[in-house]
Amino acid sequence: MSAFSAIGEERDIDRDEFTPGIEPQATWCPGCGDFGVLKALKQAMPEVGRNPDEVALFTGIGCSGKLNSYFESYGFHTIHGRSLPVARAAKLANPDVEVIAAGGDGDGYGIGGNHFMHTARENHDMAYIVFNNEIFGLTKGQTSPTSPKGHKSKTQPSGSAKSPIRPLSLALTSGATYVARTAAVNPNQAKEIIAEAIEHDGFAHIDFLTQCPTWNKDAKHYVPYTDIQQSDDYDFDTSNREEAAEMMFETENKLYDGEVLTGRYYVNEESPSYGQEKQATGEMPEEPLAERYFDEDYEWERSADELLKHHK
Amino acid sequence: MTDQELIWRIAGGSGDGIDSTSQNFAKALMRSGLDVFTHRHYPSRIRGGHTFVEVRASNENVRSRGDGYNFLLALGDSFARNPQEEAYYGNEEVKPLSENLHDLREGGVIVYDEGLLAEDSIADLDLEERAEENDWHVYPINLREMAREHGREIMRNTAGIAVTAALLDTDPSYFETLMEENMSGDMLEANLAVLEDAYARAEELEHTHDLTIPDAADHDEEQVLLSGSNAITYGALDEGCRFIAGYPMTPWTDVFTLMSQHLPKFGGISEQVEDEIAAAALALGASHAGVKAMSGSSGGGFALMSEPLGLAEITETPVVLVEAMRAGPSTGMPTKPEQADLEHVLYTSQGDSARIVFAPANIRECYDQTRTAFRIAYEYQIPSIVIYDQKLQGELRNVDESFFDREPNADPGAVLTEEEIAEAAHHSSGKFQRFQHEPEDGSNVSPRSVPGQKGGRFLATGNEHTQEGHISEDPDNRIAQMDRRLDKLDDIRADLDENADHQTYYGPEDAEYGILIWGSHQDTAFEAVDRLNDDGHSVKALGVSDMMPYPVEEVSEWLESVDEALVVEMNASAQFRGLTQKEIGRFGPKLSSLLKYNGNPFEPAEIVEGFETSINGEELAATNLKYLPAAGD
Repeated sequence: MSAFSAIGEERDIDRDEFTPGIEPQATWCPGCGDFGVLKALKQAMPEVGRNPDEVALFTGIGCSGKLNSYFESYGFHTIHGRSLPVARAAKLANPDVEVIAAGGDGDGYGIGGNHFMHTARENHDMAYIVFNNEIFGLTKGQTSPTSPKGHKSKTQPSGSAKSPIRPLSLALTSGATYVARTAAVNPNQAKEIIAEAIEHDGFAHIDFLTQCPTWNKDAKHYVPYTDIQQSDDYDFDTSNREEAAEMMFETENKLYDGEVLTGRYYVNEESPSYGQEKQATGEMPEEPLAERYFDEDYEWERSADELLKHHK
Repeated sequence: MTDQELIWRIAGGSGDGIDSTSQNFAKALMRSGLDVFTHRHYPSRIRGGHTFVEVRASNENVRSRGDGYNFLLALGDSFARNPQEEAYYGNEEVKPLSENLHDLREGGVIVYDEGLLAEDSIADLDLEERAEENDWHVYPINLREMAREHGREIMRNTAGIAVTAALLDTDPSYFETLMEENMSGDMLEANLAVLEDAYARAEELEHTHDLTIPDAADHDEEQVLLSGSNAITYGALDEGCRFIAGYPMTPWTDVFTLMSQHLPKFGGISEQVEDEIAAAALALGASHAGVKAMSGSSGGGFALMSEPLGLAEITETPVVLVEAMRAGPSTGMPTKPEQADLEHVLYTSQGDSARIVFAPANIRECYDQTRTAFRIAYEYQIPSIVIYDQKLQGELRNVDESFFDREPNADPGAVLTEEEIAEAAHHSSGKFQRFQHEPEDGSNVSPRSVPGQKGGRFLATGNEHTQEGHISEDPDNRIAQMDRRLDKLDDIRADLDENADHQTYYGPEDAEYGILIWGSHQDTAFEAVDRLNDDGHSVKALGVSDMMPYPVEEVSEWLESVDEALVVEMNASAQFRGLTQKEIGRFGPKLSSLLKYNGNPFEPAEIVEGFETSINGEELAATNLKYLPAAGD
């Protein structure tokens, strides 16, 4: 019998279950795109049929990291840039838990860029939502890794000399098996994409455009936007790496020309997740490791029985 | 130093098989009934460079490297850069011979491979003259040729073992048995042939030396030969650790490798990840999800773990980190031991520290204290650090097999079952109170739930937080949470006083002087204490392992009982003496320091010399040591 009865519980899920009683009202600025992520995430949960006790949400630092305070589930608000390594170990320790990670563009593409690359490469089974507002919000408006070239801020007074990072291309090159972009202003698509990302068996990256009305006033509010799956102007196969790469490149360029493209870019259902790969090599147990610590009958191995013989 | 001891040194280049050969040599002597202890010296290179391993063997308790050594097997460095080329490092090929002559004892034996070190290459060494001066007995023998005759040149080391055995009048059957256990097929046949051939040829030589192998005294029970890293690994496994994450770095790599090799057999998981920030973060993630987990590194990598370490402290996520010290700062001397990361592990990461730090001194302590580190971490929800060094990592020593015959303990500590969660305190909104100001059992540990458990939802956050884990800057809440986290240290001190035995007392209780020591040099200091007492001094020693929480009462009482104490440690700034003074707040005028930081571990005679210098108020003659007088002196 599982020590985790919340997992796989058969019942209807109401999205209101994900509104915490302690901090039901988020403290983000009025008009902030982050509200859109919270709402879409809550709406996606009944669709994927997961209840708050079987979801673990790992966040980084910044406005986006506050998501944990306003979303009812097991939560771990980690340190700047490090939500992914904490999250992926929790998933390996108990693959039955639904692991979701979230953070901002500075958190995920800047300080945590190395972890982003490697977590994607390893194809851990989790959804990773990056709140991309092209700015550092909580520290009051500095240039971020996704700020456009020439962006002026207190730390780049003459305008940034750096080209922005290409988040979608980076995810694809690194090895993510689901890559999408959505926007706070497109709630329906956002909800659907989040649900797909959670259900995807592998690393699903969502670059979520979230307008910052306080510190990035110059930026567009990501309207109008085009859903590339709905538009007749774009026709490509999301399971084809080359076509996906081309579409991503175009999307990333167009954002800085004022044209907002969103939708699914790459969906690879074939590649096994990291947990499956690791189990195939015999280096990860079939039963969730977390269960073993609650199993009173488990006979724990001893070094004296298994290993001392090599030392005699 | 006893007369009845062999200190055999095998020297060659990295890649010449020095490690495995010395390990077999030590094992053979252990099986023959002797106590053994090894000391490794190697450069930060994959191939070549001057490497040696010493095996000290005696029928008395051997617990440290000795003073110098008495038998050299110089293979020569077969991976040396071209000796004809001008090189900054000089002629590398001959270094296994030339670099080892300064501390060979009088009456010592030298065997070198004349197949590799031809007459002209050693012409500059004045070997004959020096041999006469020091009563050394030199046996040039062509090991390379013998190895080639039977197959592969790497078997030079087998030939060398055979020559050693013949010169020491030892029965080579222990070596044969070991080879049969470790090799098979043609490889075994070839090695056995080399062994036999070389033994016969060495027997024919005229033996001029007196040195023999000590008489074997049978062990009372079966022995096992292992290192500090083995013991840390087995302690972790026996305490139910089934998850490790790491990134390679010398000397930490040892424990990481051993755990990675054994965990699959134990149904656990090992993850090699992108950097040490990730490594520590993964260990936290696994622990948060309910698994007993560890990570670790050496100085530079541990520096990257500072932030996850602080996160573990404020979120009260149990974790065990190993810090395998090497000489710093920065990249320092990667393959050399030092004890200079003490302050680093005690104080790194912002805010007030709430962590446990143990510094085991030998193989038994590595095992015991790693187990205690896990128990304390999980019972008290606090990070535990086991700090050791490159010396203890690599040295092999025999231990009674029965020492390891213990029951495992996989108890995850203060974790609730779902039934217990249903009974536990919740906020009116339904959120579980993971961080209660005043836990129900009156302790400072608020039990946790793990993701997937029904009704156990809470928020773990690096921000200061309420009882449910929500972010809060409320002053009263802040004080309550901070006090509870820090008060756990007092509870742990009391627990250790009652249930652990981490400090080691040595020597006559009523001795006049003391030697205070921490970590891997403890047993070397104990050997020095024996000699000092034999020489008419009145000395005792205290080996301290609890760095945090510091055993203030124990150490104070001991310091009260002596007139003066010499603090011996392997760093340049007397970090442990500083810690002792900070924690106890007195005894400053009683504590002087003997320091060594040249990359080589203390020999017992150096501690003897340092002690005598300190009580006589003389200048220290040895230039590789530093004496730091007491405050106010």
